[in-house]
Amino acid sequence: MKSRKREEVFFKALMMASLTLVFLALTGIVAVIAAKGLSSLNLAMILETPKGGYYLGKEGGIANAIIGSLYLVAGATVLSLLISLPVALALQKEYLGKRFADITRLVLDILWGTPSIVYGAFGFVVMVLLGLRASLLGGIIVLTLLMIPIMARAMDEAVRLVPFELKEMAYAIGANRIETTLAVVLKQALPGIFTGVILAFGRGIGDAASILFTAGYTDEIPTSLLDPVASLPLAVFFQSGTPVPEVQARAFTAALILLFIVLVVNIIARLLGWRFSRNIVR
Amino acid sequence: MSKIEVKSLSVSFGSHQVLRDINLTIPDRQIVAIIGPSGCGKTTLLKSLNRLLDLNEDVSVAGDIFVDGENIYAPGMDVTVLRKKVGFLPQRPYPLPMSIFQNVAFGPRIHGLDASRGASDEKAEKKDMSALVEHYLRLAGLWEEVKDRLHAPAAKLSIGQQQRLALARVLSIEPEVILADEPTSALDPISAKLVETQFRILKKDYTIILVTHILRQARRLGDYIVFLYMGDLVEHEPAAQFFSSPRDEKTRAYINGEIS
Repeated sequence: MKSRKREEVFFKALMMASLTLVFLALTGIVAVIAAKGLSSLNLAMILETPKGGYYLGKEGGIANAIIGSLYLVAGATVLSLLISLPVALALQKEYLGKRFADITRLVLDILWGTPSIVYGAFGFVVMVLLGLRASLLGGIIVLTLLMIPIMARAMDEAVRLVPFELKEMAYAIGANRIETTLAVVLKQALPGIFTGVILAFGRGIGDAASILFTAGYTDEIPTSLLDPVASLPLAVFFQSGTPVPEVQARAFTAALILLFIVLVVNIIARLLGWRFSRNIVR
Repeated sequence: MSKIEVKSLSVSFGSHQVLRDINLTIPDRQIVAIIGPSGCGKTTLLKSLNRLLDLNEDVSVAGDIFVDGENIYAPGMDVTVLRKKVGFLPQRPYPLPMSIFQNVAFGPRIHGLDASRGASDEKAEKKDMSALVEHYLRLAGLWEEVKDRLHAPAAKLSIGQQQRLALARVLSIEPEVILADEPTSALDPISAKLVETQFRILKKDYTIILVTHILRQARRLGDYIVFLYMGDLVEHEPAAQFFSSPRDEKTRAYINGEIS
């Protein structure tokens, strides 16, 4: 009896300790970034492009990186959604069969675990072969490749959670595979599909290595898909590498803005997911 | 008149044989009750009749089943057409993840059953579908309870209402046969009684094949009884004869509650 109670106390303590660590990590990161970055945060920072170069310039803002990151990740999110959703739906046993689906899952999991610098290097090699230079388009394509495994696997897990009996109901009244998939599976899995988009978005907007060679960096806001483009992760990377303290502070401001964008997108997605889940069968 | 004919049907899941050489003729417009101890193959037999079995992995089916003289296991058989003709009512009534209205309208929509389909006037088409939904909700005895919240999520209904919604959904595709897999087992007694009442009304127009583990329900509803035991068809005959003078020793034992 006593050992059972000890067990209970021990695991409860373990859980609380782990939770505390998680919250401390988040508040720690936010606190340090805010402490170092808030001083440089002003309207010019958000609205203006850098004056005097991003590496040494203390004037102007990082509008080039904010807009650049939004362009990159918006393009990549849309493209990877268009590819990941059909992949996730095809992984149902009605379409691919269990064996082939499991092989596909393995492939996606390996791609998920591949370091983003490898994606960047791969993209760079392909672009050199094709005679392309670093550009918004190149960055979008490499980010898309980086995001697909995350998005597809997260959606796949959501689709797999749809109870078989629910699909059977649609089949039982004579629906075919695609009618069942669109009318039942997609609706039931929608919140999980949203989560997949958000996970991939988070990885995409925060990644520096994959776009280092493929998207480049510039002080300008791109006007075409073939222009190079700045991004917030690289703004953090380059500016924190300078010897000028004012520019280093700007790196933390860029990080702060990045975190803020992630927060806003998460909140919007959660609200949307909640709105779309009213018909879900539990 | 016979509606369905089952000829030397055997079904296995992997190496496990669930049904052995079943031969059976199912009469038209009656309630046929399939009874037997759990695990005897009742649901498997039921699901073989509209090929819902196909959805299971490593299932193998031997033998033939004829619905209105047409072999449903013949190559080239369109299962969506078959399942429209032979509807299915599940044990646990999963509503589809949509509104009450959409749940009923889904079947007619995919099968193109609303009369004004293709009409140029979209308004007329909508009106027609509303009439259809109302008709089938009334037929399933659910209309009065849901008429003011047709666009609420179906998942919000009580489980008894969900089962009658499932019934409306089956009826909406205008089937000729309704397969019901222990349709009252998840319900409270009042909802169960409502569903039973509905069945008695429906048998005028439909052939109803009912799997049940409740012997009293088979007595109350069944016109014709099919008794399965361990994958074998033991006895099938009109209910009166089945209950008053069973031919097989196992049937007698089952009716008397000696085996279950």
